[in-house]
Amino acid sequence: MLAALLIVFREVFEAGLIVGIVMAVTGGIAHRGWWIGGGAATGVLGACLAALFAASLSAAFEGFGQELFNAAILLVAVAMLTWHNVWMARHGRDLAAEMRAAGRAVQAGAKSLAGLAVVVAIAVLREGFEVVLFLYGVAAASEPGSGLAILAGGVAGLALGVATCVLTYLGLLTIPSRHLFAVTTVMLAFLAAGMAAQAVAFLEAANALTALGAILWDSSWLLSDRSLLGRALHTLIGYSDQPTALQFLVYLATLAVTFALLKLFATEPVAQSAAS
Amino acid sequence: MTLVESMRAIAPALLVAAILVACGGPAQAQDAVVHITVKNHRFEPSAPHAPANRPITIRVRNLDSTAMEFESVSLRVEKVVAPNSEGVINVRALSPGRYGFFDDFHQETRGTLVVQ
Repeated sequence: MLAALLIVFREVFEAGLIVGIVMAVTGGIAHRGWWIGGGAATGVLGACLAALFAASLSAAFEGFGQELFNAAILLVAVAMLTWHNVWMARHGRDLAAEMRAAGRAVQAGAKSLAGLAVVVAIAVLREGFEVVLFLYGVAAASEPGSGLAILAGGVAGLALGVATCVLTYLGLLTIPSRHLFAVTTVMLAFLAAGMAAQAVAFLEAANALTALGAILWDSSWLLSDRSLLGRALHTLIGYSDQPTALQFLVYLATLAVTFALLKLFATEPVAQSAAS
Repeated sequence: MTLVESMRAIAPALLVAAILVACGGPAQAQDAVVHITVKNHRFEPSAPHAPANRPITIRVRNLDSTAMEFESVSLRVEKVVAPNSEGVINVRALSPGRYGFFDDFHQETRGTLVVQ
């Protein structure tokens, strides 16, 4: 039971962190519950579908279907996070003003929520895939008595993952609201950079990328990226204990592009909102 | 409106992924191949050998009716293998030694890759 709990928790933990951050980011926007809930539900459905077709997914692209699929959806998530950040930089102030004038808040909020709902769906899909396969295997194969204990462990692991999500959300809410926007913008930028580096790792595993494949450093003696703290940092800022040069480069490039875009777009709305 | 914008945002990422897929070739011919079979939650062979200092391709055939996850901390591998199918894993050139691996979904299922 404990093994099952740990396996499931380890997977849902990362999704929990991401969903918690998205909840904090979207705090106060109308109907965000529907968007985030819808994203999570879509992710669960996608995980079940991916698990159902796991064999054909793996067999695709000469055995590297899983890796390429992961890389592709991670890159979509990177695009969504970056788009959201830039959109918020452009419209954040207007949005805050509109939320006070409640009428237009729904319309304005929906735009920024759509991208984040996709991010939630992708996070849940990726982590849910293994959980579904694992729990299905347990349910299908094991003898009656032990199967139930393992399922109980799985459910407990899921509950802990949800707790991670809630704690992340509540933790971020303790940040004074005038700083929250700045903090979550930086968090989303690092989240995106980490995902981009991870996408590179998947493409490298599939031999789709071979350039700059030398490992830059090995800090596994200090903090393994398999440990809980390592995994948390892996999700939050893209920590890897043995990154390749290309992963590191893509990581830095994603950060640079995001902050450049933010700088480019952030100044406009001040003038706009002052004029209107 | 939102959908169109979403599509616009997704398109570059998909394009990049497609290009990367198109450029990527199959595993290089000089890779050493290690075949491992899983049946009744046991690795066969449980201590396969592989040459040192050469990239290795591990082909894991899962003959069980449940999924398994071939995992190794020292090899930096985590790969789900569906029931009755084969998973392919690329491993970079290794120095001689023993590298443990296990099935993350059935942790009593263990083996060691002997690199020499």
